[in-house]
Amino acid sequence: MQEQVKTISGVNPYKCMKCGKCSASCPSFNEMDIKPHQFVSYVLNDDLEALLNSESIKQCLTCFACVERCPRDVKPGNLIDTVRQMVVRKRGAELLSPEEVTQLLDPELPQQLLVSAFRRYRR
Amino acid sequence: MQRIGVFVCHCGSNIAATVDVEKVVEYAKLEPGVVHAEDYQYMCSEAGQMKIAEAVKDKNLTGIVVCSCSPRMHETTFRNAAKRAGINPYMVEIANIREHCSWIHKDIEEGTEKAVILARAAIAKVNLNAPLEPGESRVTKRALVIGGGIAGIQTALDIADAGYEVDIVEKTPSIGGRMSQLDKTFPTLDCSACILTPKMVEAAAHEKVNIYTYSEVDKVSGFVGDFTVDIKKKARSVDMDKCTGCGVCSEKCPMKKTPSEFNRGLENRSAIYTPFAQAIPNVPVIDRENCIMFKTGKCGVCSKVCQAGAIDYEQQDEIITENYGAIVVATGFDTIKLDDFDEYAYNQSKDVITSLELERVMNAAGPTKGHLERLSDGKAPKEIVFIQCVGSRDVTCRGKEYCSKICCMYTAKHAMLIRDKYPDVNVTVFYIDVRTPGKNFDEFYRRAVEEYQVNYIKGQVGKVMPQADGKLLVQGVDLLDNRQILKEADMVVLATAIEPEAGVRKIATMLTASIDTNDFLTEAHPKLRPVESPTAGVFLSGVCQGPKDIPETVAQAGAAAVKAIGLLAKDKLMTNPCTAKADELLCNGCSTCANVCPYGAITYEEKEINDHGIRENRRVAAVNTALCQGCGACTVTCPSGAMDLQGFSNRQILAEVDAICR
Amino acid sequence: MSIENKEFKPKIVAFCCNWCSYAGADLAGSSRLAYPADVKIIRVPCSCRVNPMFVLRAFEKGADGVILCGCHPGDCHYTTGNYYTRRRMSLLFSMLDFIGVENGRTRVEWVSAAEGVKFSTTMNDFAKKIHSLGENVRLGDIRCKN
Repeated sequence: MQEQVKTISGVNPYKCMKCGKCSASCPSFNEMDIKPHQFVSYVLNDDLEALLNSESIKQCLTCFACVERCPRDVKPGNLIDTVRQMVVRKRGAELLSPEEVTQLLDPELPQQLLVSAFRRYRR
Repeated sequence: MQRIGVFVCHCGSNIAATVDVEKVVEYAKLEPGVVHAEDYQYMCSEAGQMKIAEAVKDKNLTGIVVCSCSPRMHETTFRNAAKRAGINPYMVEIANIREHCSWIHKDIEEGTEKAVILARAAIAKVNLNAPLEPGESRVTKRALVIGGGIAGIQTALDIADAGYEVDIVEKTPSIGGRMSQLDKTFPTLDCSACILTPKMVEAAAHEKVNIYTYSEVDKVSGFVGDFTVDIKKKARSVDMDKCTGCGVCSEKCPMKKTPSEFNRGLENRSAIYTPFAQAIPNVPVIDRENCIMFKTGKCGVCSKVCQAGAIDYEQQDEIITENYGAIVVATGFDTIKLDDFDEYAYNQSKDVITSLELERVMNAAGPTKGHLERLSDGKAPKEIVFIQCVGSRDVTCRGKEYCSKICCMYTAKHAMLIRDKYPDVNVTVFYIDVRTPGKNFDEFYRRAVEEYQVNYIKGQVGKVMPQADGKLLVQGVDLLDNRQILKEADMVVLATAIEPEAGVRKIATMLTASIDTNDFLTEAHPKLRPVESPTAGVFLSGVCQGPKDIPETVAQAGAAAVKAIGLLAKDKLMTNPCTAKADELLCNGCSTCANVCPYGAITYEEKEINDHGIRENRRVAAVNTALCQGCGACTVTCPSGAMDLQGFSNRQILAEVDAICR
Repeated sequence: MSIENKEFKPKIVAFCCNWCSYAGADLAGSSRLAYPADVKIIRVPCSCRVNPMFVLRAFEKGADGVILCGCHPGDCHYTTGNYYTRRRMSLLFSMLDFIGVENGRTRVEWVSAAEGVKFSTTMNDFAKKIHSLGENVRLGDIRCKN
């Protein structure tokens, strides 16, 4: 599971130095049960069940402030997004077919943001 | 044909346990050129060395092979032994049959076989060795110190006290450096200027120290012991001999809208200025870019008010060429630019300042005369937030990967000073880790927390939002409480990362001193030679080598001075004889070798060559043996095979290859 | 000294730079980190002293593998030597591969003076590779074989 998260997200959680800049930047911090900085340690401890059931993956706005400001290039936003994607996969439902996504792409927008936004709002 | 003696060492049981030493002797005797072979318990001992000397005498040896430990261990020992016995020291080769053989191979047959082959290779090499003589080069007994901060001043004073002439080159109008901008110093809280100014005065008054301010190093050539340096003295537009330092010119100057470098742009200065009151030399300079006289040709106020007639608008840049035996780099640091860190609102609010700016604010000679006040409206702040690690320990392209080392301590200092002077001001520090190793350092930080109730919060700040009422809303996190914090502050102070002074890369290139990815100069060895550059004759002092605080800088400055003194104390330098040599008959003057030489040791000369009876003028490579360090890059790159490295010649290495593959 | 031995005993030539890798090999020795005796080390001042010709000569004389060890990029005692090595050898090795000397028989490795363990594991790994590739039949001058 941990490996799966690392592969999908492309994040190396060992790079985290626990500065908390992600949580400090997060606009949905108070709505989250597992805070952005904790995501990294949950992945490190392989406690993914908790992440899959957390409220945080629904509360994350995918604004990527944490990704933008992380001094260690850990990108907690990508982790949250990955867990969200794993939930979707677990349910067996691909809410958007790959063909649809390419049509919806706007070169101005970060791809990842678009993907996650569509996944959220077509629930 | 060489007459070679082979000496096989038992090294007690270190070698003899897994290598059949007698067998090695037996096989060595079969090799071409070998006229003598013997084994002994400890070859490096006095008795062992005597055996070598005797054999040289009895058998009239011309070359020696010692099968023993690593040449890194005892090559010098055996070379000296050979010298005493009357053989050129470079006729000795070592076959490493301990580290590379007996210690790693358990099987005696296997070990012996390898030892024999290693001995063969060494014998094959010695057969082609030629006597080499180290060259000599002279030492100019004068040192150059680049940078006039505390590091440069201390190095210069130490070298001068040992009796050698020193020149300091400083690019700003005064010596003093960053330390002159500081208000107080940790952990004793003594005033920075009070301890620095006497040093500056001492340097200026020292008969052996010569200071070039408002000057830069323009060109460096030469090598250890004999560098030739061009120093560009920028036109000061003020005659240093006539000026009395009265300061009337600055006072009367009508152009007073230039941001003061010394006060980090928080205050303006005149176009003719001395950076600060204690400046040395106390002679102003005209900033030609901002001077009305230079821009429009109409003003001349300073010239009119100067009683001494020192103002000289016609002054030109001047190049001074000087020779030096040693060069010390002490270029120091600056804080990084914060343009990429939008979240801290540094460019949006005047009340978000860097720590170095706070030093100026706290200083009695600073823009607020030492009163702690907001720079936007001059009001006294009630709530101050310090943010640590701004740009430090940041692997993204915005920041620096390293820890700037001094920020934890100066933030504790600032927090403490503010709480001490203004007890009604609340101070909060957001930190990632508090790193305070050092004598009395952690005690100092704990005092800030325990005695002065500075509020330390483990967590970073996400963003600083300037509000309409002039307050700053700081959004941070408390990781230990696991909650987000919104705090209204009147002032935010950023512990900005430090980086090497911008000009250091240019200086490093001129000196061929190596520099790392962060633009810090590299040491010759990170642990055992920390103040020397890998380039011989170049030494490192202060932050140009890595982040450090004042005591460490002073300690390193002293160490660099001692290394420089050690060099200057010599009359002659012995050079490494294993240098490149060009075969003039083969050289076609193509310059390929000069391009790869990291030391600029290869030059070209027009020379009359007698090529098998044909006399003609050709352009051929010539190696400066004092500069050549013997890496061999040129030997491989040479398309005609004219370059060879003495002591590691093509034929010698090929002979070793052949012996191993036999 | 058993020439009549039928078992394949590869000949491996290792060029080690004096400042990093040779010292690394010394450290491997003093830490007693074993590697096969087939590896014989030649000391050169810098990895950039190794002429591609030396590598060819080794193969010609019957070597089964050639490895070059130098300081890590950026750590070269002579500042830039190992960068030259890297470029020269990547060219040489691709050419050797083209004429049938497999890429596994040649290698450039960066070993610092503190990396005795790395030196040993590298040599073990390399020797294993040469064992699996077997005797080098290309380039070898059969007159040199006995």
